[in-house]
Amino acid sequence: MEKHKAEFSIAATEDITDAVCPLTFVRAKAALEELEAGDVLALRMNDGEPVQNVPRSVKEEGHKILKLTDNADGTYTLFVRKTGE
Amino acid sequence: MEADYAALKKGGFMRQVQKNRFSLRLKVVGGNLTAEQIETVARVSRAFGKGYVHLTSRQGVEIPFIRLEDVNAVQEALRAGGVDTGVCGPRVRTVTACQGASVCPSGCIETSELAAEISARYYGRTLPHKFKFGVTGCQNNCLKAEENDVGVKGAYIVRWCKEDCSLCGVCLKACREGALSAADGEIVIDTARCNNCGRCVKSCPTDAWRGESAYLLSFGGMFGNKIARGRSVLPAFRDKDTLFRVTDAALNFFDAHANDGERFRVAVERGGWDSFEHAVQEAYNGKA
Repeated sequence: MEKHKAEFSIAATEDITDAVCPLTFVRAKAALEELEAGDVLALRMNDGEPVQNVPRSVKEEGHKILKLTDNADGTYTLFVRKTGE
Repeated sequence: MEADYAALKKGGFMRQVQKNRFSLRLKVVGGNLTAEQIETVARVSRAFGKGYVHLTSRQGVEIPFIRLEDVNAVQEALRAGGVDTGVCGPRVRTVTACQGASVCPSGCIETSELAAEISARYYGRTLPHKFKFGVTGCQNNCLKAEENDVGVKGAYIVRWCKEDCSLCGVCLKACREGALSAADGEIVIDTARCNNCGRCVKSCPTDAWRGESAYLLSFGGMFGNKIARGRSVLPAFRDKDTLFRVTDAALNFFDAHANDGERFRVAVERGGWDSFEHAVQEAYNGKA
């Protein structure tokens, strides 16, 4: 497992930079469903509409957002901890 | 018997192309009808109309093909089933609303109750011309606030709480106005850029952004023969008493200054936005 600045371990990564709304969120949701409660997903998304909206949608699903990192290449990575059912 | 068309129109009976047939407008507040009301409407449309209703552009319901001779019976049947007839002509029309914060995750204000309060206060009030209120819960503006004579839009007055912030960076991107920046472990808000949309509050994973519900009003919108976008002349404000002081002042201004048959927007432009803004400002400051 990759360590993110020793703050948390990343269980899975999902790249949604090739998707557009609403598939961005659908893919994020599907990726989270594959995980166990407590696991952290690293979600890579494009600047613009995805990064404006996907974090909020993930929050509204009840998951815990840990950090949003600017990858300085027009993409961002959102670190999300899956919450229990 | 000669029909009193003006009285019928006032009571929501809209003359059809077909002789002695009326499309009956019903009272709907904030776009909500109970199941009982819907059943009543269905029964009446089967018994007295053609078994269908028309949904208007402003959340209204009309029952077409009501016969002149059935007008009284229809009114009675509706009233017994909890449905009021609507209004037409130069008066305050249906108050429209989206579902607002009680239902919609995007909502910044409660809208259904507010629409009911506005309707209770003003619905049917005679004015120089038609007058429309619309209430929309947030800046997504599903209810199109600015196309109404008075539009009410939900907003948040926001505040950042350092102790709850994890500096995750989500709000910096959620803000579409470029009003937020991070510097030295602080999130800084440029209040001149903030449009009170509340996206920072809605997106914050740690609830470090607090939002207080507020109203943003627009005046003088219309979307018929002439199209004009309602204008905002006040900042976002929190309390409902102020809202009603301001709307009272706007309607009174219209009543006092408009010529008969003149829309609110036209009256305001003829009298000058300055004098209208002055009247509204006085009410806002609690002087009216």
